[in-house]
Amino acid sequence: MIPAAFDYVTADSADAAIAALTEHGDEAKLLAGGHSLIPLMKFRLATPSVLIDIGRLSDLSYIKEDGDQVAVGAMTTHRAIENSDVLKAQLPMLAHVAGQVGDPSVRHRGTLGGSIAHGDPASDLPAALLALGGSVVVKGPNGERTIAADDFFTGFLETALAPDELMTELRFPKMPDAKWSYQKFNRRAQDWAIVGVAAVTNPMNTSVALVNMGAMPLRAEAVEAALQGGASAADAAAKAGDGMSPPTDLNADANYRNALAQTLVARALAETGA
Amino acid sequence: MKVDLTVNGSAMSADVEPRTLLVHLIRDDLDLTGTNVGCDTSSCGACTVHVNGESVKSCTMFAVQAQGLEITTIEGMAADDGTLHPMQEAFRQCHGLQCGYCTPGMVMAATSLLKQNPSPSEAEVREGLEGNLCRCTGYHNIVKSVMSAAGGA
Repeated sequence: MIPAAFDYVTADSADAAIAALTEHGDEAKLLAGGHSLIPLMKFRLATPSVLIDIGRLSDLSYIKEDGDQVAVGAMTTHRAIENSDVLKAQLPMLAHVAGQVGDPSVRHRGTLGGSIAHGDPASDLPAALLALGGSVVVKGPNGERTIAADDFFTGFLETALAPDELMTELRFPKMPDAKWSYQKFNRRAQDWAIVGVAAVTNPMNTSVALVNMGAMPLRAEAVEAALQGGASAADAAAKAGDGMSPPTDLNADANYRNALAQTLVARALAETGA
Repeated sequence: MKVDLTVNGSAMSADVEPRTLLVHLIRDDLDLTGTNVGCDTSSCGACTVHVNGESVKSCTMFAVQAQGLEITTIEGMAADDGTLHPMQEAFRQCHGLQCGYCTPGMVMAATSLLKQNPSPSEAEVREGLEGNLCRCTGYHNIVKSVMSAAGGA
């Protein structure tokens, strides 16, 4: 399968990428590792007329501690995240979830920023970002802004990222002692989750995010509220489908996904001790 | 658009459209047809090559993204005198192939795996090769081959 023709430009700095986005507007897409965008282009579900290759912006590939946060450059590959000693110590769930994406060859190319910017409700890492209470740093012609994970995903493959903005960094509060669980249910190796659950329990609260339970990556707000109100983990898990509109596809219908979400949330909460 | 890259240790260049996939540059422009196209959707791994030493699915990378990078294909694995790479030899000794279609990708993924984890458990080999499908379902001997190449069997 061959994508539709496009013009190809390379950006050798973040500012050059933003300038190219400003010049080409809606017609342009940024190309990072390409492991979400290229498949879409091959199916011609995406037909950008200009690709701006940011694959050489190695200064956006880093994992560093910054006070009570860890900053991860948007171009950091899943492989680097999976193997990062800093993340294994401070945010073990993020390292684990990165290792659940695709397969090793995919993880050599795919990037955290690319996966988050794609905003696929079936992807693993957006749920981790939500459950960990992370934030997204973006840069545009008017400077930099930081968007909370909860405000970032806005619809099916839609995010708060403006057409002329480049995601530069993901920030996560350190949680070396949090109890966490990532439940990914699929039927074949390397498939997307039919449903997935990311849960993080801290002394004060538990956050739960769901994969493939709606048009975008979502928090399981009903579960979180029930736990906050003192409900048992079992009673809270029973609310996993509340307010959700899960998709129906060849793998599962919406009712099945609702039931699966309840089961997986129960397993996740049992693991975190919520 | 001109792309300059190193393939199997030799500097090469080709004139490609930006939408040309790396696997098509390798097969059609450079005439290295050991790398196969299977699913064409980054699932099966038949097109696996090394990019700067790491396994990558060449159906999911544009040729222009390989500008200046080092590519190794299955043709670059054996020594100049024809001596097979230890992984190729292990596949041969352990009968790690049936129809052979997945084999180049399997060998490339397996060598990348051993580079990162020289002494994997059998479970780690299976996990490490999850992105490579064998439609003959010959996985048992493929895993045996990789364990043998790692010195573990």
